[in-house]
Amino acid sequence: MPEQGIELEFVLEAADFDSAGEASSKIKRTLQQLGVRPDVIRRIAISAYEAEMNVIIHACRGVIRAEIYSDRTELVVDDEGPGISDVKLAMQAGYSTAPDHIREMGFGAGMGLPNMVRCTDKFDIKSEKNVGTKLSMIIYH
Amino acid sequence: MKLAQIRIMLDAEVLCGIEWLDREIKGACGADLMSDVLAYTKEHGLLLTGLTNIQVIRTAEMSDLVAILFVRGKRPGPEVVAMAETMEIPLLSTKKQMYEACGLLYQDGLAGCTLKEEPFCCRNKE
Repeated sequence: MPEQGIELEFVLEAADFDSAGEASSKIKRTLQQLGVRPDVIRRIAISAYEAEMNVIIHACRGVIRAEIYSDRTELVVDDEGPGISDVKLAMQAGYSTAPDHIREMGFGAGMGLPNMVRCTDKFDIKSEKNVGTKLSMIIYH
Repeated sequence: MKLAQIRIMLDAEVLCGIEWLDREIKGACGADLMSDVLAYTKEHGLLLTGLTNIQVIRTAEMSDLVAILFVRGKRPGPEVVAMAETMEIPLLSTKKQMYEACGLLYQDGLAGCTLKEEPFCCRNKE
């Protein structure tokens, strides 16, 4: 693996449910090709997918970027959208603002952010109302 | 338990992946909430669900699940089946209800595949 790391970047569009998960899938396949441990890949893939779904459900558009180094993967998910008015509340398991049609798809249970926290080694969230949300996550290999 | 045994036990139809029925299933979970599957399951399990959208396949892919079994006679559309095929995730469909399908498998010794740690939704509650 090159010392400077491998960078993957994908644009995410709101409500594009058919493509939801494609970015995470490509990140996962790249990690598999690089020979990262399966249990580590699983944590990265789940975190990326949860974040990707959040952008598609809640934001207007966003970008997911994965930087893969020999010892770690860094995920940054940056969106333009309504932002989160109460981040502390949003971090609580079970809290969700997702509408019914999202719940019918099997999402919006309020488990995404807490699950990302659990799957990652470092997790940071910055959100500004009516501007957007930025997630920064690090998973050590 | 082999996927082939599960197929017989639940009288399930194979929608794709008949060549992968010799896969060993170590545990199973029944859920219509993909958020819960992503948060609570271990890898190498079987997912029983009544949801048939593309997110079910994506969730199985991210969570390293071995196979998906649709209950209540549900069948996903051809694009969903095609995606599962490319990801080598076998799809089965049974007419049995979720409760009965899970119960039969559990009765026959197939354990749950939930994470051992305490669910974090309970930790935040008083």
